[in-house]
Amino acid sequence: MSAPLYGLVLAGGRSSRMGQDKAALRVGGRTQLEQAMTLLAPHVARAFVSVRPDQRSEALRGRFEQIEDTRENLGPIAGIIAAQERYPDCAWLVLACDLPLLDAATLEFLLRARAPERLATAFRSSHDRLPEPLCAVYEPASRGALAAYVARGQNCPRKFLLGADVQLIDEPNPRALDNANTPEEYASAMSTLDGAPVAATRRVTVQYFALLREQAGRGTESLVTAARTPRELYAELARRYPFSLDPAVLRVAINSEFGDWSAPLADGDAIVFIPPVAGG
Amino acid sequence: MTAPFRFVRVPIDVSALRGALADPACGGYAAFEGWVRDHNEGQRVRHLEYEAYEPLAVREAERIVEEAVARFGIAHAACAHRVGDLRIGELAVWVGVSATHRDEAFRACRYIIDEIKHRLPIWKKEHYANGDSGWVNCERCATAPRAHDAGHPHGHGKPDAV
Repeated sequence: MSAPLYGLVLAGGRSSRMGQDKAALRVGGRTQLEQAMTLLAPHVARAFVSVRPDQRSEALRGRFEQIEDTRENLGPIAGIIAAQERYPDCAWLVLACDLPLLDAATLEFLLRARAPERLATAFRSSHDRLPEPLCAVYEPASRGALAAYVARGQNCPRKFLLGADVQLIDEPNPRALDNANTPEEYASAMSTLDGAPVAATRRVTVQYFALLREQAGRGTESLVTAARTPRELYAELARRYPFSLDPAVLRVAINSEFGDWSAPLADGDAIVFIPPVAGG
Repeated sequence: MTAPFRFVRVPIDVSALRGALADPACGGYAAFEGWVRDHNEGQRVRHLEYEAYEPLAVREAERIVEEAVARFGIAHAACAHRVGDLRIGELAVWVGVSATHRDEAFRACRYIIDEIKHRLPIWKKEHYANGDSGWVNCERCATAPRAHDAGHPHGHGKPDAV
């Protein structure tokens, strides 16, 4: 049976060629970091962002559970190693935060093709046939090999995959793994997505619990909404249902994680408004 | 290794859960059981129901257990929570902690149950002897929202005395 799967978004880089923080660039209403975390969420028990220690309190990264690099100046491999040190029994679904065209279908394809008996499962780039290390599943068995690789003074994760017993698969969508490291690459990706104005509407799912469920008369609902944030969404729903709870006493969850009332909603988001709790 | 938190729909098997925390390196075991009692805020309760947003509750509970391990240096901790219909006297929640010594076991157990009560998306509906029913902490705050600390919406009235 496969090891439990945790997710890791690599956001500990310096974005030197982009000239600004790649994780903060917006893709269709979300930052690249949020987009990557959203893509991971349905597939993993827990998701973390990989950071340098000096980024711990940074506004964007501070919202998520973090794993700090334990080594400096090693590049992205440091993020993977730190995660494996923290949770050595887990497999890791690792995503870079500079893949603006990465879609849910490509990730689902990777997970269906996952070969847990190998050290890792990764895509073969359609451009150069080399492994793409930053959209891949690393099994717990790869921890020792990665540590030994780095101990030998190596740090390129692509070369690691070339020399290791890994499952390489072809990408179903050749543009999905285009990474945007420079302003020109980012502009090219955005023009593929037809620019990034915030869409006028989006389809979301809302799950209702407890008093809200009784007042809505249903447990779940899928709707197309013009609401851009959970705050606007609740206001819209409260016009339709006899909700007696003021948003001030509620929390909101987005895609199975506590979220922000002001977070931008995106197509496919799953929202839960959380009434005052009474567990235990 | 036992899952740190689970929801159950049948009576909690304390003996099995406790057994999973056994460790020859541990000299102390502390546990808490939350029982369904027959009254709340002056009303007689006949039975009650628990409901949960399970994916988030499990994630948050696992984080709480991890925090307890990190803060108190305990060896193992686990928790089980009922969902569905419960009768008076049944176990609603069980928290168990094993540690080298009793001090950290007691503290971690207290921490875990307190955090679970504040943070997990779980709701309780009480059914009263007079035929009324209501969602605890939700009914009275309906028209008069009050300021909360940013993180945790919790009861307005007297805290459930346990």
